[in-house]
Amino acid sequence: MTLPRILRWGALAIAIAALWLLPTTLKSYGIYILTLWCVYVIAGLGLNLTVGYAGQISLGQAGFLGIGAYTAALLAKLGVSYLLIVPASASLCFAIGIGLGFPALRVQHHYLAFATLGFNMLCFLVFRNEDWLTGGTFGINDIPRPVLFGYRITRAADFYQLTLVMMIALAALMALLLRSPWGRAFAALRDNPIRAESVGISTTFYTLMAFAIGAAFAGVAGALFAPLVGFIEPASFTVTNSLAMLLMVIVGGSGRFFAPAIGAVIVVLLPEWLRFAADWYLAVFGFLIVVMMVWLPGGLLSLPDRIARR
Amino acid sequence: MTDLFQLLISGIATGGCYALAALGFTLLWQASGTINFALGEMVMLPAFMMLFFIRGAGLPLGIAFLLTVTVSMLVLGVGFKRLVVDPLIRHGVIPLVIATLGLSIGFKNLARVAYSAQVFTFPSIFPDQLINLAGVRVSVADLGTLALACGVAVGVQLLLNRTLTGRAMQAVAQNRDAARVLGIDADRMVMYAFLINAALAALTALLVTPVYLAKFDMGDGLGVKAFYAAIIGGFSSSRGALLGGVLVGVLENLVGAYISPGYKDGVALLLFLVVIVFRPEGLLGQPQARRV
Repeated sequence: MTLPRILRWGALAIAIAALWLLPTTLKSYGIYILTLWCVYVIAGLGLNLTVGYAGQISLGQAGFLGIGAYTAALLAKLGVSYLLIVPASASLCFAIGIGLGFPALRVQHHYLAFATLGFNMLCFLVFRNEDWLTGGTFGINDIPRPVLFGYRITRAADFYQLTLVMMIALAALMALLLRSPWGRAFAALRDNPIRAESVGISTTFYTLMAFAIGAAFAGVAGALFAPLVGFIEPASFTVTNSLAMLLMVIVGGSGRFFAPAIGAVIVVLLPEWLRFAADWYLAVFGFLIVVMMVWLPGGLLSLPDRIARR
Repeated sequence: MTDLFQLLISGIATGGCYALAALGFTLLWQASGTINFALGEMVMLPAFMMLFFIRGAGLPLGIAFLLTVTVSMLVLGVGFKRLVVDPLIRHGVIPLVIATLGLSIGFKNLARVAYSAQVFTFPSIFPDQLINLAGVRVSVADLGTLALACGVAVGVQLLLNRTLTGRAMQAVAQNRDAARVLGIDADRMVMYAFLINAALAALTALLVTPVYLAKFDMGDGLGVKAFYAAIIGGFSSSRGALLGGVLVGVLENLVGAYISPGYKDGVALLLFLVVIVFRPEGLLGQPQARRV
């Protein structure tokens, strides 16, 4: 191992250790924000695969997060073990991702943006209208925290550490995936789809897989989101939330591995920072996006490159 | 049976409005490759502008409309192109998609906070009457909306196919470099597309707001349905946009009446998915080979 690599691994290890120990110094609201950050990072890791590595625009990540969250909440109410809930949420989102992505990606890749936008609106309608299943506008209350190996996780710090472990495990899984031949195929598709196809990579298959795996990550994030907040309602899973997640990836710098981690900090903390704007919050948020895109289309992690080029 | 006819006719009229918005979307997409996710808000803003001119300044609807078209062409046409699209288009589609989504959130909430979050009624340009058409009672507004939408669609088609400017716009849409070589001012042609889009959005606002009522989030469904209408009908012609819009409008009405009003807004997505599976080029579109 060369020195820079050792430094890099060392930095990562310190960051993880710091994240693990951080809750001891925080109050419950701080722990909540930190856990929420982990949840968003998981959803963002998946979206980064779709957007940053496969080059597709998905506007439905909040819809998948919602499907994961409702599945987890309903199954938890039925008393299903949490060890089964997570895979159930993930595979449901994966299957829906295939069903939605297949028609859209078969034609033109921009169509995925339209299909996912409409899909997110449809998810919202289903969450709101199917009272018998989802509780309608009132949502689902009192979602229990998970029980793992006979031990009920009640303390916020414990749940945070569970979420952190999940996040690190999923990030490692994603890193392995990106280093596998699959990951190379994803990058080839984004950089030059026609060339990739001419050397025998099936464009449609790999983009579809990237999208569906991205959706499955959102499903896992949803399965953690439901017990975290304890109460889910349709309003948490709107198109605006999907856009916030997409921004998370873009602000961080899409196609960079740590983009979701940086972007999620901003998306989680932005409502806190913009509190002074009160009613104007969303208007300011919207126009800030435009300004940021015009000024820095490559995201925050592209800033060092940009300064270096000057 | 008469219920069915009334549903069909009002569906066709709503569809005509979707078609107008879809037409603007198609024009922008072909001329410059811009996917505009703020389309719905570009209909909502003119509606509020007209409302402001009517209520605030006491102007009659006609003058308010003309003023609004002018402002909308300046701000949502020229301003939108210069400030948002021009700096972003060279970075590819994704930054532009995100910027227009941001614009959509920004506009929506600007209208909510700066004007009002309430719902406003909006005067119709057509008289509030019902006429008897072969035993079926039809509202004058529906017929007028439909006639106007068809007229504008035909007009845009004629402009594109029969005038020199229109043909130059098509040339730019097909191959910008070749058009430049022929001495066409490509940038100006793209600007025309933005201007027409803004004018069509203002016209859509005039027709759709009396039915939908003016609210800050009225553009939410409208924009998405306009994209779907454009793709369902096929990108290549204004007839396609018209057909797509009308299909969406009618099916929505039928689903709303006979199946479930809650899922009315999901109809367009399903129709879109079915169409792109079986006829990816759209109902009236020409199949295109991929260029390498």
